[in-house]
Amino acid sequence: MTPYDPRADEQRLARERKKIVRDGPDLTGARLATRLERAWNRPPGLLGWLATVDHKEIGRRYIVTALIFLALGGALALVMRLQLARPDQDLVGAARFNELFTMHGSTMMFLFAVPVMEGVAVYLIPLMLGTRSTAFPRLNAFSYYMYLFGGLMLWGAFVLNVGPDIGWFAYTPLSGPQFSPGKRADVWAQMITFTEISALAAAVVLVATILKCRAPGMTLARMPLYAWAMLVVAVMIIFSMPAVALASSMLISDRLVGTNFFNAWEHGDNLLWQHLFWFFGHPEVYIIFLPATGFVSVIVETFCRRPVFAYPVVVLALISTGILAFGLWVHHMFATGLPRVGYSFYTAASMTVAIPTGLQIFCWLATMWDGRPRLQVPMLYVIGFIVTFVIGGLSGVIIASVPLDLELHDTYFIVAHFHYVLIGGAVFPLLGALTYWFPKITGRMMDDTLGKIGFWMIFLGFQLAFFPMHFAGLLGMPRRVYTYPAGLGLELPNLLSTIGAFVVGASVVLFVVNALWSYFRGVPAPDNPWGASSLEWAVSSPPPVYNFQHIPVVESRTPLWDEPDELPVVTGLRVDEKEMLMTTVVAAAPDLREPVPLPSLWPLISAIATGVLFISSIFSPWAVAVGAIPAAIALTAWFWPKELKRHPEPVLS
Amino acid sequence: MSFDYQKYQSAFGNAGVGNHQFLVLFAIFLAVCAIMYVAVILFLVGGLLRRRRAGEANVVESGRHLRSDPLMRTGLIAWGAVVGIGLVALAIASFITDRLDAQAAAQPKLTITVTGNQWWWDVQYNASDPSKTLRTANEIHVPLGIPTRIILRSNDVIHSFWVPSLAGKEDLIPGRETDITIVPQRAVIFRGQCAEFCGVQHAHMALVVDVDPYPEFVNWWQRELRPAAAPTNPLVLAGYRVATQRQCASCHTIAGTPAGGNVGPDLTHFASRRSIAAGMMPMSEGNLYGWVADPQSIKPGTKMPTIGLEPDELHAVVAYLETLK
Amino acid sequence: MSSRFRTSLLLIGAAALLVGGCSREERHSRSKPIGETVGAGPSPDTIFPGGTAPPPLDARAKLYDNNAPAIADGQQLFTQINCVGCHSHGGGGMGPALMDDEWRYGSRIDQIATTIAEGRPNGMPAWRGKLTDDQIWKLVAYVRSMSGLPSKDAVSSRSESMSGPTPNSLTAHSKPQPSDTAQQQ
Repeated sequence: MTPYDPRADEQRLARERKKIVRDGPDLTGARLATRLERAWNRPPGLLGWLATVDHKEIGRRYIVTALIFLALGGALALVMRLQLARPDQDLVGAARFNELFTMHGSTMMFLFAVPVMEGVAVYLIPLMLGTRSTAFPRLNAFSYYMYLFGGLMLWGAFVLNVGPDIGWFAYTPLSGPQFSPGKRADVWAQMITFTEISALAAAVVLVATILKCRAPGMTLARMPLYAWAMLVVAVMIIFSMPAVALASSMLISDRLVGTNFFNAWEHGDNLLWQHLFWFFGHPEVYIIFLPATGFVSVIVETFCRRPVFAYPVVVLALISTGILAFGLWVHHMFATGLPRVGYSFYTAASMTVAIPTGLQIFCWLATMWDGRPRLQVPMLYVIGFIVTFVIGGLSGVIIASVPLDLELHDTYFIVAHFHYVLIGGAVFPLLGALTYWFPKITGRMMDDTLGKIGFWMIFLGFQLAFFPMHFAGLLGMPRRVYTYPAGLGLELPNLLSTIGAFVVGASVVLFVVNALWSYFRGVPAPDNPWGASSLEWAVSSPPPVYNFQHIPVVESRTPLWDEPDELPVVTGLRVDEKEMLMTTVVAAAPDLREPVPLPSLWPLISAIATGVLFISSIFSPWAVAVGAIPAAIALTAWFWPKELKRHPEPVLS
Repeated sequence: MSFDYQKYQSAFGNAGVGNHQFLVLFAIFLAVCAIMYVAVILFLVGGLLRRRRAGEANVVESGRHLRSDPLMRTGLIAWGAVVGIGLVALAIASFITDRLDAQAAAQPKLTITVTGNQWWWDVQYNASDPSKTLRTANEIHVPLGIPTRIILRSNDVIHSFWVPSLAGKEDLIPGRETDITIVPQRAVIFRGQCAEFCGVQHAHMALVVDVDPYPEFVNWWQRELRPAAAPTNPLVLAGYRVATQRQCASCHTIAGTPAGGNVGPDLTHFASRRSIAAGMMPMSEGNLYGWVADPQSIKPGTKMPTIGLEPDELHAVVAYLETLK
Repeated sequence: MSSRFRTSLLLIGAAALLVGGCSREERHSRSKPIGETVGAGPSPDTIFPGGTAPPPLDARAKLYDNNAPAIADGQQLFTQINCVGCHSHGGGGMGPALMDDEWRYGSRIDQIATTIAEGRPNGMPAWRGKLTDDQIWKLVAYVRSMSGLPSKDAVSSRSESMSGPTPNSLTAHSKPQPSDTAQQQ
């Protein structure tokens, strides 16, 4: 073995440095595009598809999978509405109905709402921030696979008659070993583990990308409002998900090995479950809502032809909503007999959180007032959002009051409230956002006429389906009932809700038909069909695999409006290997050149190993010990250092 | 016979102090929220319909996209102030209502203990003299105008006691004791329902609340304290034998007979109740036949098993049960 | 073909896999309304005339044997009907222990059902007529679980009595000692 010769090593490194090819004034245009494509493309075929680390591919998978779960959860809702259309019906028995609403709630909350927001963010954020990739691309791939396996496990269990029937919130002791025999509740609890790990991984990816991978010059004060919303949401996920993971682990432990966390007869406490679950559960709904406010900000800006009014106020509203959301959870527990003085704190906090949201709404309306609104389909969805979400927000203010909540808690009034805020506040902006970014993702425009018909159908169908539920609740209909008696005045609201639900279902089908038809036959889209201002519209539709030929430099909040002819760029990133530019957190000054990982199968293999560990631990506690071994091996292989030679330049990893 | 449930399970019943306070506060909240909503819609419509020429609007096409209408800043502050003041006012109104509810509930004169089971209500009236303690199920009688405190416990999972026309709800949590005080203000019959998902037959865990003027309430209590009526004819005697020697006695108590089970509802004065199976169906001979013959087909999953009585046994048992007034 | 279609095909395929359902989770909330009071069939006891093989397993066995809801209902009934008065929570007292592997009258599910329904010498009362057959079979399912006889995933891991005994799901599966050579399982 030759002794280490530092000079020879330096000379080798100097030779290698000269061989590195970088983009610049002499390597640009089509030649640059070819070189970059060669470096950034993944291998073709099935293995390459499974091994991808391209954020756009992963984002598209998230969105499609989440929309499939939306359809499945929605189908369950239609079956429930058929059962409830008339009193004392027997289309669906009691036990099966309990499974239906458990699956509907769990699918919508854990398998649709949060993942679709994450998926859109994973797709958009690097493009919007002017960089080539997310941070931690393999973790990103792992998070998708964990989500997919959790969803498949839950739905597989459902079709095999082991689906959970304890409600999406699984209160103990009903979900404990004594009153939920068999493995149904364990399936639910492990689905939580899968989706919680997936969400945490995606949140880490987003925080790192947003803070460290922005284009030079994009200071925090110049960042698009959607990126701010996702930053707040990702931090909220990191702080709230562990609470539900802890609660579900304690439930699994009670059910699997006979612990007594929630067993009142052995000095456990059933309220512990509720506190842990709702400490997660309340921020969860803001995790679903805040990305939608990001969509609304972007769409309002583009379609009113001016930036959103009072950018700092909107940013502060996002941050304060995110913080306040953690102080509200006891409003789900007003009927549990805790001290009333304590409750009044949560009433106050629940009302306070309406203030930042109200200010955001003012800013959007002021933007419309000051600008020239164009009523194209995404803007229609924003208008539908405002009309609908504000009703939900105001019914939320109503139930923030303890005396009012004690009558309305666990009735259909609550069902009406949360569907108004979730569908009005998240799904409408989501549909608008999908229409808005469809040209960027697929390269074609969605059909305008079908889009407008779809909007009016879902908007009017939604009002018909859910407004009568306010009355059903006030007339005395509790939640989670498979039928109700005749003579209480509940027949009319339920019948109207059922009709409206089918209109909503039809409009979702229409949206999917529109998307599919436009994917194949839509008008090809230019780079910037809407005349928008943010960086993702500077690249082709769909974007090339490497996103940007040169990394752009940003000098304002609306780069494409302020530099319409040619964006300033920085040059010097490698083109022979995957490399991205990392910048400083606040001022976004160029900081580091960071190698980007190559496509790898280890995220998939780790997800499979972890999935096997979780699923088998439903049946035996030994699986935790035994199943940890393949998972550990897979993770070790994933993180095994790739090179032992000295790299020609200092790198972060 | 059946009775008219209508409007007696609604929050608009306005028949108890708690429910009355709810309606007043709800009206206040609704008014304030409606004003806020109208303001939002007016602003929205105004923004959409406002006509301005391209050169004057603060948009990117005119190069003025970084400017805003100077009134907007004032508008933002005013809006924030209005929302804040409105919410503070609503919170104060809510707090005042809460304290009024607490005042009305102070010094209850009567205490009842309700224990929730899957899917029926065990009711016990407490008295200082133990010989006056009364046990019944699924139906509560309360005196008009007198605060009644109901102590809430659970034997299995979390339930919730809710009689909308009288007051708000309170959960029954195993391992904890909660309570609710109701002050009825009208002498009618109300229907309540369990309001926390408690398993397969959560939808059919209802209860009946009968509000009587005080003298009638005392009479009712006296009647309920008597043991079960003795059989007077052969059919009823045959039913008595089945009920006290067969499966019924394993779970049910009929005071004054050997039947002393503690698993299911007390049946001593079963026939004087207005419903069968926790508000599932009105008390009638036909419904009794159906329930005793096959409870699983009416309330699938209920804890009462289908016994499989022979037809003449069924006649006898129903005849006996009907004498339990 | 894009990932969109592959994912949707995968999920549609899974949804189409409507297998008949897991017998462990099936809730049998109905019992036959007629016939409950009809006398039992040939006795499955360990002692029987003829010296040939014991009668085949009762058809009801598979509805209750590894059925989680039946075992859970039996667990509740065990305390409610006061089996604990003699047998405690399986450890025995006036009555024999039910958690061990000694079965005087057989451990087959229909043999235990006969024990409960007919009673046995030395103090086991006859419960026929005091409990329905459905209730008896649920109790049997639970009693068997106390000795670790059904499969583990159908059994609750918590004994719901005071802390002390090992949870039923962690009880080792023990082969019951045959009291005579003709006993099955």
